[in-house]
Amino acid sequence: MTDLLDIRNLSIRFKGKRTVHAINDVSLSMKQGETLALLGESGSGKSVTLKALLGLLPPKRTEIKGAVHVNGTDVLSLSGKALQRYRGGEVSMVFQEPALALDPVYTVGHQIAEAVMRHKGLSKADAMSIALDMLDRVRIPSANRRLHNYPHELSGGMRQRVMIALALACRPRLLLADEPTTALDATVQVQILLLLRELQKEFGMGVIFVTHDIGVAVEISERVAVMYAGQIVEEGTTREIIRDGRHPYTQGLLAANLHDVARGERLTAIPGAPPALETRPEACSFAPRCPYAVAACRADLPPVICPSERRRVACLRAEAPMAAE
Amino acid sequence: MLTYLLRRLILVLPVAFGVSVICFLLVQIAPGDPLTAIMPVDATAEEQSAMRAAYGLDKPLPVQYAIWIGNLVQGDMGKSIATGRPVAAEVFGAVQNSLLLAVSAAVIAFPIGIFLGFLAGYFRDIWIDRAVTAVSIAGVSVPNYWLGIVLVIIFSVNLGWLPSMGAGPGGSSEWQWNWLHMRHLILPAVTLAVVPIGIVARTVRALAGDILTQDFVQALYAKGMSRADVLRHVARNAAATALSVMGLQLGYLLGGSILIETVFNWPGSGFLLSNAIFQRDLPLLQGTILVLALFFVAMNLIVDVAQAAIDPRIQRT
Repeated sequence: MTDLLDIRNLSIRFKGKRTVHAINDVSLSMKQGETLALLGESGSGKSVTLKALLGLLPPKRTEIKGAVHVNGTDVLSLSGKALQRYRGGEVSMVFQEPALALDPVYTVGHQIAEAVMRHKGLSKADAMSIALDMLDRVRIPSANRRLHNYPHELSGGMRQRVMIALALACRPRLLLADEPTTALDATVQVQILLLLRELQKEFGMGVIFVTHDIGVAVEISERVAVMYAGQIVEEGTTREIIRDGRHPYTQGLLAANLHDVARGERLTAIPGAPPALETRPEACSFAPRCPYAVAACRADLPPVICPSERRRVACLRAEAPMAAE
Repeated sequence: MLTYLLRRLILVLPVAFGVSVICFLLVQIAPGDPLTAIMPVDATAEEQSAMRAAYGLDKPLPVQYAIWIGNLVQGDMGKSIATGRPVAAEVFGAVQNSLLLAVSAAVIAFPIGIFLGFLAGYFRDIWIDRAVTAVSIAGVSVPNYWLGIVLVIIFSVNLGWLPSMGAGPGGSSEWQWNWLHMRHLILPAVTLAVVPIGIVARTVRALAGDILTQDFVQALYAKGMSRADVLRHVARNAAATALSVMGLQLGYLLGGSILIETVFNWPGSGFLLSNAIFQRDLPLLQGTILVLALFFVAMNLIVDVAQAAIDPRIQRT
């Protein structure tokens, strides 16, 4: 069976007044039905990667190198009608802010039905009944009435459920979720996470879950890829990352977690800020903030070490499991 | 929706009352005595006060207002001091002509303005946008009476293609739908359309440009919508605001075309108004202003209701 997703040596550069090397030599693969958390702080290139997967980056200002295949389709070469069929049909996306990602002047039912009509070629009435079914599946109470509501008439959690219903209506093989719980209340966040996990099992699709919250990543995904400065610095199963995170950045993220911190104790944080990415990185991007950095880290790109199958770490010191120093 | 409509209609009543008071008082503030215009220079004081009494101008203002409004609701707007003809007939004839001119200008201006605005908003910050912006700034800034005169010089005087004056052959003010009459409409309507083209284009450009940067546009592309679909969504989002601007513009076209009607000798309300002002013809002046103002109120009502019908976020209860 072909891999669900295969990204090879993807580099993305934004041109304009300021050049930004947003993604630098990223490779990533996913099997059918896998859930992957893309973990990293703001500006690490998570969202840019997702947008590249949907061909949503403005072509005039972006320079994309490398290859992206979804179910064997060469995504970067798609255009016109083929790109429209692929977007929302093969791969779809749940956005961070459901309040902004839904059109305010159309009913939610119409917005779901619109996508169904386009992809399945159904009549308006049939598409509306699919929309109704989808609202039921995302556990929206009295879906029949909600179908004719406008986005502003729904709560934040309801809107995100609608967004999920919209994304899943055409049964995509891969769902991209761009921090889908960040804009929501804490209690609603958990509900949405559980919903996504259930729907993933129900529909059997692959999910890429972008988040900066390691707790969320653990909750939802089988595998984790940690991004820093437009690169994947570590990848592995969620268990491996939690138990045996080898990259100093991963360790920093784990240590910065708020759980198990006693009151009054100082919170652990990673010192410094991520680089501006105006030039292509020539050495380890994390070295300036890394407590273990040595001269070699600043001289050359770090080697990618593969301790086991589908597990890799881009760090000089990752050869052996790191003992606490 | 029906209760909303009713509520809006009821709210119109106090506005209309306020408008009528202002129309009545404004004219009183204006300097000059209407009687001097029609009385012979050597009229005696008795003759003057007799005339004053005949027009009811000797009574206190509140009484004058009460009489005026009382007659008004019965459809009687009084008689013109200058011509002696009923004001209602004069005003409605003129307003009809003005409406014809205003609607023609709107029919020219709105589609062009919307199209240019959309184009500029979509192709923001490249030459198309700059060209449209230049055109709309020019449209808003050029004094349209000057433009009218220039067009007359070019198309009437030099080329001789179109007539320069009046609403019909031989100075007739009775409108008919035939080429002989429509030729007279072209120059004033085009001249009048220039300002609203600029204003509508600028409004639509700002709206479209703003809406296109919103997240939901990317979300629409992400679910596989075509460019035409996305533009349809953008248009629906822009419609409510664009409509209110166009409604107001139509009001301005009707009431604000005094200069153009004067340049082209168009027998409309602006023309009537300027004559009434120069002749201190109080009943005619009051009547004309009132009808124009009420038209504005009606325009606002229509725009509000249409907006509520298009944009679900506007309260309808």
